[in-house]
Amino acid sequence: MLVLVEQSLNGLQFGLLLFLLAAGLTLVFGIMDFVNLAHGSLYMMGAYFAATFVAWTNSFVLGILLALGATLLLGIALEFIALRHLYGRDHLDQVLATFGLILFFNDAVRLIWGPAGLSLPLPAWLTVPVQIVPGVSYPAYRLSIIAVALAVAALLYLVVMRTRVGMLIRAGASNREMIGALGINIKLLFTLVFGLGAALAGLAGLMQAPILTVQIGMGENILILAFVIIVIGGIGSIRGAFLAAIFVGMIDTLGRAFLPDLLRMALSSSAASTAAPALSSMLIYLLMAIVLVVRPEGLFPAAKR
Amino acid sequence: MKSRINVSNAVVALVVLGLTLLPVYSALSGNIFILTLFTRIVIFALAAASLNLIMGYGGMMSFGHAAYLGIGGYAVGILAFEGIGSGFIQWPVALLASALYALVIGALSLRTRGVYFIMITLAFAQMAYYIASGMSRYGGDDGLTIYKRSNFGGLIDLSNRVQFYYLCLGCLFGGIYLIWRIINSRFGMVVQGIRSNEQRMQAIGYHANRYRLVCFVISGTICGLAGALLANNTDFVSPAGMYWTRSGELMVMVVFGGMGSLFGPVIGTIAFLLLEELLSQFTEYWALIMGPLLLLIVLFARGGIMGLLGRFGRG
Repeated sequence: MLVLVEQSLNGLQFGLLLFLLAAGLTLVFGIMDFVNLAHGSLYMMGAYFAATFVAWTNSFVLGILLALGATLLLGIALEFIALRHLYGRDHLDQVLATFGLILFFNDAVRLIWGPAGLSLPLPAWLTVPVQIVPGVSYPAYRLSIIAVALAVAALLYLVVMRTRVGMLIRAGASNREMIGALGINIKLLFTLVFGLGAALAGLAGLMQAPILTVQIGMGENILILAFVIIVIGGIGSIRGAFLAAIFVGMIDTLGRAFLPDLLRMALSSSAASTAAPALSSMLIYLLMAIVLVVRPEGLFPAAKR
Repeated sequence: MKSRINVSNAVVALVVLGLTLLPVYSALSGNIFILTLFTRIVIFALAAASLNLIMGYGGMMSFGHAAYLGIGGYAVGILAFEGIGSGFIQWPVALLASALYALVIGALSLRTRGVYFIMITLAFAQMAYYIASGMSRYGGDDGLTIYKRSNFGGLIDLSNRVQFYYLCLGCLFGGIYLIWRIINSRFGMVVQGIRSNEQRMQAIGYHANRYRLVCFVISGTICGLAGALLANNTDFVSPAGMYWTRSGELMVMVVFGGMGSLFGPVIGTIAFLLLEELLSQFTEYWALIMGPLLLLIVLFARGGIMGLLGRFGRG
């Protein structure tokens, strides 16, 4: 029972982390209709920036803030130099161009930081275990991920649904020309949205950095997970991304934790231990396939344009 | 009727001639490396051509074609591992397995369109990747070494470099001939018609998805053949070769050369893999140049190399 609580928290934490990544992706994808495979590279850059700046400044908080700013600027620069010329192009063009960026970023990181991974040590005040219910303690850092991600989710919701900028973003999503004709600088608006998406990816990367090793290609696997989430949730729907992210995080984590035992009840133990790892890695792809077959537009599609 | 002699046709003729005479050059100059390199190129060109059939002519952006390379390869590898070395069994199994996989995946994926289609084909390929990683009997993550190449009863010796090269080249030319026959047949016309206007074709009375599915299965089967060749070439299959970035590379090869042109994928593959080879001799960080180059091609050279040649020819 305690294991279940702990694994559920792990699932929630992983899901919320995925949400940060997927929220940035769905902002760019759903609003600007731009497929950005390099989103995972921005996640990776966030982690590398964090590891570097924390080491330089000797301060965890300061380093993290610097890394966040750096990823934001990188995203804006990327949009300004290359990607803004690809809006309105075929999705395939966008897939290929940003695939090129993945190649570029992986080698750039290898050139700058070397092929070996980095690690980002946690400050002492984040390593203490916290007792959440009697008998169950949970690492403070993972709790803080949950808190930060929830705060960002709430903030994002407020900005997009309740502010003027959010209104413009949503209006720009449904009719780009109209909002331009109203005298709004749509180019600037899109640059800012892309920057925000990049910063969210960077935030996900730097928060994950102390848990995993910071390494080349770390964004590629998780990028596909983020795509799975927005496809399950429905493209362009932040609410859908939020629910799907938590769903996927839970299923992935709980599947890895409990599937071997469940299979052992049905199969011989050797067959179960062979099948379980592959099956648990496949679980979310299976889920996505089922969702798409039943509801080709995703579970919570954004309002029709 | 367009003139048949133009720059792009001349280039295609030169490429075909060059590929055919390559072993002669290799024997005369004693440069064995170039033969090895081009065997790989020819195999990937076949895979790219199969992707072009559905991408360029059918308008289906499959982001999971690496799965067929893996399935074709594993069919050869697993049978060899279990002691069945005959190519007459291995290769038909490889083709059949890829065709079956394509049939199931296609039937499910074709319910979606656009980005959703790109993503669902990707998801299914990732599933194949994880299944391969989970097959602990066949090496799991580490992959499976193939100790003996497919045995064709003395007809062709696959361990002979030149014979193997010509086998691969024969498969490539055969594949392209097949694709050419398909796109010029009534069936191919319907598929291309569906790409340009699905509703109209539906209204005329064609069952669009059935045509699409058949095309999808043919493409997957040809790519499975490339997988069987690739496994014999490297004497090794592993899940790493099925990872999604490999599917991305195949897409790049197609677009590099020119999507929807018969020889575009061949030229794109030659350009991509030669460039990769040249750049990696020049610097360890070849992708640092390749990545932005790709971006520039997408931005400025729509229609790929074949498109550029065509424009050049028109003056």
